[in-house]
Order: sequence, then structure tokens, then C-alpha cells
Amino acid sequence: MKAKIIVTPKKAVLDPQGKTVQSALEHMGYKGVKAVHVGKYLEIELADGDKAVYQKQIDEACHKLLSNPVIEDYHFTIE
Amino acid sequence: MNFAVLQFPGSNRDDDAINVLKNVLGHSAHLVWHKEPSVGNVDAVIVPGGFSYGDYLRTGAIARFSPIMQDVQRFAANGGHVLGICNGFQILCEAGLLPGALVRNKSLQFRCEFVHLKTATKNSPFTVSIPSDLYMRVPIAHGEGCYFADEATLKELQASDQILWQYSDAKGALTEEANPNGSLLNIAGVMNKGRNVAGLMPHPENASEPLLGSADGRAIFESLVTSLANKANFK
Repeated sequence: MKAKIIVTPKKAVLDPQGKTVQSALEHMGYKGVKAVHVGKYLEIELADGDKAVYQKQIDEACHKLLSNPVIEDYHFTIE
Repeated sequence: MNFAVLQFPGSNRDDDAINVLKNVLGHSAHLVWHKEPSVGNVDAVIVPGGFSYGDYLRTGAIARFSPIMQDVQRFAANGGHVLGICNGFQILCEAGLLPGALVRNKSLQFRCEFVHLKTATKNSPFTVSIPSDLYMRVPIAHGEGCYFADEATLKELQASDQILWQYSDAKGALTEEANPNGSLLNIAGVMNKGRNVAGLMPHPENASEPLLGSADGRAIFESLVTSLANKANFK
């Protein structure tokens, strides 16, 4: 099994990386780019087990360690 | 006074903090490895600068789960004085001992230069001895020092007089040019509600002797020593 976690900066937090990537895309001629947000992608390989239990554990780990709730949002799937 | 200076894998200003406390100010200070269960019988704890755990995941995110941090939580909850410098500030924010967070500098550049600090309040054990007309000249060296907190937290910081230092020009004006990293309200350092835990991004330990280009930073350590000696209470 695998947990796939995406961590993104909160809207209110300055995201200079996103802004820089956005302006690079514009310079390259890509049209219609409204905003870019640079975040993190984490993959956790899991031993076979109860998905509901993992769901709870991963959520806790995201809150405690994998993201900082002050500046980041997260969402994840377990497959 | 007796100080504990924490040491994580990747700490690099730990010995500088020891040098100021011991050799410049003449107090007792020793390193405490992050795997130790206790800070020991000390008057205050310094969480020094560096790049603990290589800044992996987020600055301070891994260090805050080191065994010693459990005891720092206990020490702080009992009113013990804790000062975090640079990476130490980041660790204390991650640990929830200080409000807010430090994110990537607005310029995306690592900034290594002297800045000036305006002391926003003298009502703290970390600022009480700083002369009112001194806009401390101290160095910064960080890539992730942009202070962020949501609007409600910022309002609370102001209402409770928890902002300690702000980036200013040499005359104390809080300008955008004087802000090296995009910090909200030019914030360089804050403290907790209990007024016993503080953190700042600049390095006062690297500006405490004239030989290093400035001795202004010494006033922070002197404030702490004076407050501890007087058992001063700040509310």
C-alpha cells in the first residue's frame, strides 16, 4: 500500500517560489497562467493493513510532522 | 548564571553562544546533546543557530521531536527562560512554544549581512537592558527567515506586546528596504504570552564583541542575565 501526500502553502502565505515559476512560464510564452503554488509531494510505502487505521495515522502524522498547519494545507490518498 | 546550549546534528552557532555566555559575560554554559533527556539544573536554555537535520522537510521540523525538546517544553511550562536564535527560533515555532512560522525569504535569496533592529518593547527579560536609543546592529544569515502568522495571531501579538524586535534602518524606521526577508510587520523576533520564551532570526551572539564588528547584541544576553539575577517578573 502507498500513501500519497500533497502539502501546499496556505493561500495567505507569501509563495515567492510560485510567483517566480509563474513569471518564468509567462516569459516562456505560456498563456493563461493565473497562479502557481509550489508545494511538496510525499510518498509513504506501507505494509498491507487496515486502510481506515492508516487513514487516521497518516492524518495525525500530516498534522504533527509532515506539514505545519500554520503555513501549509495537506491532503492525501491511500492506495 | 548557568546556561544550557542545545546541540542538534547540524547546529553551527552553538559554540558562538557558549563563547558569549562564558568568555564575554563570564557565566557558566555547557552544550547539551539533543539526545539527552534533560537540560539539567540551569537558569536558562539557548537553542542555537544552524541547520539542524539539514533543514529537511521544513526548518526545525525534525529537531523539535528530538528527546531534549520534551524537557525544553517542561522547562518552559515551569517558567524557565528559553531563547532561540535563527534555527533555534524556527525550532521553537515548530514546537509550538512560539507563535507563527518562518518561511522562505521573499527574495528567495539566502541573506548574510548586517541589519538593524528596533526593540519594540522593553517589557521582557530579553530586552529590559537594551538602551531605548540603540538600534542594534547585528548580522543575519538565513534563507528561511520570513516571519508569518495569520492576521488574528498578529493582532494578538500586538495587543499582548509580544513583538520584541523589528527590522529597521539605522535610525529605527521600519521601512520595507530595511526588511531583509519579507517578514510581516518587519518582525525579527517575538516571545510567548508567558514572556519567558523568545526567538529571533538575527545573531546577537555574533555581535557581542567589538572585534566582530558590533557589540550591540550583547544587550540581549545582558538583559537575560539581569532579569534572571533579579528574578524579574514581566507581565
